Amino acid sequence: MSEQQEHDRHLSSLRVVMPRHKALEQLELRARDPERLYEEPLSQWRLALRRFRGRRSGMIGLGIVVGLILVALLAPVIAPYDPVQVLIGREDVQRRASPCVHILGCDEETPQHILGTDGNVRDEFSRIIYGSRISLTLGFSTVTLALVVGGTLGALAGYRGGWLDNIIMRVMDVVLGFPALLLAIAIVAVLGRGIRNALIAIAIVTMPHYARVMRAQVLSIKESDYVAAARALGATSTQILVRRVIPNALTPLVVLATLGVATAILEAAGLSFLGLGAQPPAPEWGAMLAEERNQVFTAPHLVFFPGLAIMITVLGFNLMGDGLRDALDPTLHG
Amino acid sequence: MLAFITRRALLAIPVLLGIIVVVFLLIRAIPGDPCSALLGERATAEACARFDAANGLNEPIYVQLGIYMRDVVTFNLGESIRFSRPVNQLLVERLPLTTELALSALALAVLVGVPMGILAARKHNTIFDSGTMAFANIGVSMPVFWLGLMLAYLFALVLRDTPFVLPPSGRLTAGVFSVPYFEIWGWELQEGSFWAKFHEYMANHYMFNSLITGQWGTLRDAARHMILPAMALATIPLAIIARITRSSLLEVMGKDYIRTARAKGAGESSVVGSHALRNALLPVVTIVGLQLGVLLGGAVLTETIFNLPGIGRALFDAITGRDYAIVQGFTVIVASIYVIVNLLVDLSYAYLDPRIRIE
Repeated sequence: MSEQQEHDRHLSSLRVVMPRHKALEQLELRARDPERLYEEPLSQWRLALRRFRGRRSGMIGLGIVVGLILVALLAPVIAPYDPVQVLIGREDVQRRASPCVHILGCDEETPQHILGTDGNVRDEFSRIIYGSRISLTLGFSTVTLALVVGGTLGALAGYRGGWLDNIIMRVMDVVLGFPALLLAIAIVAVLGRGIRNALIAIAIVTMPHYARVMRAQVLSIKESDYVAAARALGATSTQILVRRVIPNALTPLVVLATLGVATAILEAAGLSFLGLGAQPPAPEWGAMLAEERNQVFTAPHLVFFPGLAIMITVLGFNLMGDGLRDALDPTLHG
Repeated sequence: MLAFITRRALLAIPVLLGIIVVVFLLIRAIPGDPCSALLGERATAEACARFDAANGLNEPIYVQLGIYMRDVVTFNLGESIRFSRPVNQLLVERLPLTTELALSALALAVLVGVPMGILAARKHNTIFDSGTMAFANIGVSMPVFWLGLMLAYLFALVLRDTPFVLPPSGRLTAGVFSVPYFEIWGWELQEGSFWAKFHEYMANHYMFNSLITGQWGTLRDAARHMILPAMALATIPLAIIARITRSSLLEVMGKDYIRTARAKGAGESSVVGSHALRNALLPVVTIVGLQLGVLLGGAVLTETIFNLPGIGRALFDAITGRDYAIVQGFTVIVASIYVIVNLLVDLSYAYLDPRIRIE
C-alpha cells in the first residue's frame, strides 16, 4: 500500500467520526507518533458506539432506559407495598390521600405514602414502580412481534418481488390507510380487551413501517456484489436471505425498533386509558390514569404521576432512538 | 402534471377499496351479535331472527359485502342500531366538531411549530436552539390524554380566579346557542333535502357559523371551549413540525446556492426568506399531511377527556357497543379523509418540487 493510500485510508476512517479539519488534525498527531499510525481502524460497530457516546441526548435516553429496566427488575425491592394490595383498615390510611413524605415535613402521625394512595386505597408509588414492568414488557414484545412479522414480510416482498411483493405491500398500504389508534381500537374490539390483545393490535398497525424499511433495504442489498458472489458459490435463496441479506439490512431496523418501543408504549397507554388494554387491578399507567381521571380536580396527583411515568419512559426511548440513528447513519449528521 | 395527478389518484382507489373491505370484515369478526348487544334480555331467538332480517344480517356474507359496497358508494350509510337514526344524520351532527378541533390543532401546530423551528435553526447551537429541541423531544413523548387532563386542571381549577380561566369540557356554555346562518338569513330549505342537510352540516361548525353571522358572544364562547382540546391535540404535531423545520432549514443553509446568494451580497433576511425557506419548507408540507392521522386518532382521546360529542368519541362508543352501521360509516369516512388528504399532500409536493413528477 502506498503512503498516499495509507494516508487516505486513515483519513477516511477518522472522517466518519469527525469533521474534515479535525480528522486532519488527528492524522497529523498520529503521524508524529509512528506507533499510533498503524493502529487498526475501528470496526463499524466500534465507530458507531463512539459516535453514540458523543451525543448527549442519546446518552440521557440510554440512562433513562437502563434506569427503567433496573426499576422494573428491582420492583419488589423498591416498592414499599404490594401494588394490588388494598390497604383499607391498616394504619388509618385515607382513600386518595395526598403524597406524604416524612423527611419532607409530612406529619409523622400519617402513614408515609410517597405519591399518596389511589381510589382503592393502594399505594400509588408501588403501583407506578410495578407499572414499569407492564409498560416495558408491552413495549419490547410489541416491537419484537412487529419487527419479526413485518421484517419477514418486507424481506420476502423485496427478495421475491413480483406478485408476492405486490400483495404484501398493498395490504400494508391499506393498514397505513387507517389512523393507527382507530385501527388498533377496532382490532382490540375484535380480539377482546386485555393487554395481550392490545399488544397484538399495536403490532399489527405498526408492522407496515418495518416491512417497508426491510423491503427497501433488501432491494438494494440484493443487487450487491457479495450477494452475487454467494449466489455464484451455489448458496440457496433461503441461505442468502438469512445469512447475507437480513444481517446487512438490520441497521435502520434497529433505529426504527427503538423509536417503535416509544410509540408502542404510548399507544398501549392510550388503549388502556380507553379501557381496552390492561384491566384492573393491573398497575398499568394508562389504566391507573383513566381510573382516576374524574378526580383530577380533587386528587390531581393520581393523574399527574402515572402520566409523568409514561412521558419519561417514552422520552427515554425516543432520545435513545435518535442517538442511535445519528450514530449508525453518519450521512444524517446535521 | 395531469398524468401525475391521474396516476396518484388511481393508486388511492385500491387502498380505499381495501379499507372498505377490511372495515367490513373487522366488524363481522367482532364477537357477539348486534341483536343480543342491543336487545339484551329481550333477545329471544324469534326476536333476533326478525331483527336480523330487518337489518339484512342473515344474507350470505358476500351479499352483505356487495350491499355494503353499493351503500358506501351511494353514500347511504345505513341506520345506527342504537340511536335508531341514519348514520348520515349523526355525521352531519358530529363531524363538524371533529373537523373544527383537528383544524384548530393543526393551525396551532403550524403557526407555532414552523416559526419555532426557523428560530431554532437561525440561532443554531444557542440556548434557544437546545431549548426548542428539548421541548420538541418532550412534546413527542407526551400522552395526549395526560396533557389534556393536566391542562384542564391548570386552566379550569388553578387559574379559576384569573382572566385565563378556560372551560374544561363541552362545546358551548349552557345557555349559549349557535343559531344556524340559514335561520338568521331566513332561507327556506326543503326539509330532508340534500341542501337542507348540507347547510345543517355547515352550520354545525359553530365557530364558522357564528363568525359569518356575527354572533360574537357565541364565537368567543366556542373558541374558548376549543383552546384546551386544541392545545392538547396540537402538542405532538407541533413538536414534530418544529423539529423537521429546524433540521430541514439547517440542511438547506449548508447548500451551495445559499453560499452563492451570500456571495452576491444578499442580506441575511433575504437569504433565509427568499432562498432557504422555500426549499426548507418542502418536507414540512409532507409532515403536516401525515400528522392528520395522528390528529384523527388523538381526537378519540381528546374528545373523551373534554366531553366533546365528535366522531372520534362516537366511533369509540360504537366499536365497543357493536353498532355496525356507525363503525362502518364513520371508519370509512375517516379513512377516506385520511387517504384523500395524503393524496393532496403528494400532489402539492409535486407542484412545489417539479423533480418529484419525474419518477
